[in-house]
Amino acid sequence: MAKITVYQPSGTSEVYRVRSRYSLRLWSVRHSRFLEIVYNLFADSLLALHPLWNWIGYARVERPMVAVEKFTKEILFDCRMCGRCVLSSTGMSCPMNCPKNLRNGPCGGVRADGHCEVEPDMPCVWVQAWQGSQRMKATSNILDVQKPVDHSIQGTSAWLRACSERAEEKIQERKEEKKQEKSS
Amino acid sequence: MNGIDDIDDEWTIPPGHSSLGRLERVLRRGDFAVTAELNPPDSANPEDVYERASVFDGWVDAINATDGSGANCHMSSVAICALLTRMGYAPVMQISCRDHNRIAIQGNVLGAAAMGVCNVLCLTGDGVQAGDQPGAKPVFDLDCMSLLETIGSMRDEEKFLSGRKITSPPNVFLGAAINPFAPPYSFRPKRLAKKIEAGAQFVQSQYCFDLDILNEYMNQVRDLGLHEKCYILIGVGPLASAKTARWIRSNVPGIHIPDSIIDRLEGAGDPKAQKAEGKKICIEMMQAVREIEGVSGVHVMAYRQEEFVAEIVEESGVIKDRKPWIREPNPGEQIVAERMEELTQHTSEEGSHI
Repeated sequence: MAKITVYQPSGTSEVYRVRSRYSLRLWSVRHSRFLEIVYNLFADSLLALHPLWNWIGYARVERPMVAVEKFTKEILFDCRMCGRCVLSSTGMSCPMNCPKNLRNGPCGGVRADGHCEVEPDMPCVWVQAWQGSQRMKATSNILDVQKPVDHSIQGTSAWLRACSERAEEKIQERKEEKKQEKSS
Repeated sequence: MNGIDDIDDEWTIPPGHSSLGRLERVLRRGDFAVTAELNPPDSANPEDVYERASVFDGWVDAINATDGSGANCHMSSVAICALLTRMGYAPVMQISCRDHNRIAIQGNVLGAAAMGVCNVLCLTGDGVQAGDQPGAKPVFDLDCMSLLETIGSMRDEEKFLSGRKITSPPNVFLGAAINPFAPPYSFRPKRLAKKIEAGAQFVQSQYCFDLDILNEYMNQVRDLGLHEKCYILIGVGPLASAKTARWIRSNVPGIHIPDSIIDRLEGAGDPKAQKAEGKKICIEMMQAVREIEGVSGVHVMAYRQEEFVAEIVEESGVIKDRKPWIREPNPGEQIVAERMEELTQHTSEEGSHI
């Protein structure tokens, strides 16, 4: 029988292939549980510092925070700074590395060996995400339907955004509690 | 039972339905549906579209108009659908996220619905690298999931993604694609669940050549109860020869063809016998798929063999003695006819002044 060749896309340059490194990204997925714990601790401390950020002004903290966030996440996840981080829902595998930017699961083109249809030597981001998510505490987060990316916030700090949103939520909750107390 | 069996004169959507379309009626009635894929022409001649559609006359419930499949450029799906609805065909408009951003897509959905398109299939689309113009900019602004949600909210909440009001919503039956034959296999049924949550009402699968994988998938689908929330159409198609099968394996992403199928084709002998064998495999597959609980129909993709679809559907007997499509008038036609009448009256009155 003739040798089975697998689908090879055209136009993927050699340079591009050499430039991409996957080893650290794959390490992060293998240690998704650990990174989940680290991030949760980090997010909580960030939230605790909310009054400080508010005092300095979120806009002023933005630039240094972006620098730190970009540096760490680029190393660990090949982060693309989309501004709306969903790593906790995708097994610590960054979905923006998918050539189709899929944020809701793998496309139908995944190869039998679990690699990407577009970049044959890259393990599919979503096969990795599925494996990573099963190691995490929040196993079912991956089943949430993600909203489309807001391209207008690309390059901004997802950490700070998450922090200010959570702070805002807490404030709202407290307000409602007070209302209920008053009415009762 | 004839083709225009339960059409209302008033053009009102039947209760519990989301569209006026024939495909939705057939599926909701519990009949085994057959859809087919039209190979879009590389031309600007409407006659080419009509010729390619006419081979399905009387044998399929809806015709899929592909949107640059394999990232190759052909006549656009919106235009093909517009041509098809003019003739009273029931198209399924495929929308891929590769070439349009959210603004273009929402506009196209409104336009398509205005032309009488009742079914929309939401796809992510192949990467630009799969086609003959790999230097194109991949858009992928939405993904299939957010596309489903977007169109769903346009229809049900009568709003654009921005929240701006739509005065007359697009009443479409929402579809999505599934591929049970690609890893991660254990995630695939859950992904279908996600698609249903995002708004999918029917799904069409990638080519099925491996019943074992499909059965395993359908077991999980039934365990999750998904077959009760969504109509599942399984993709089938005749392979022209062992050589074609190998070519598909190495050139088209996401299609799983087991060695046993290729061996069977090869064993048939000369090219003509191989072609007949390919058809036979397709027919057997359709009959097998029909018996699986939770499968509501088949989607026949007979690429470059479209003329055999009628034969294949007939020989397989999957629709029994039901006669699918005969020409159904399109609500838009009445509007055009009335306007034309007005226009001709008007011009004949004014005509003398010119």
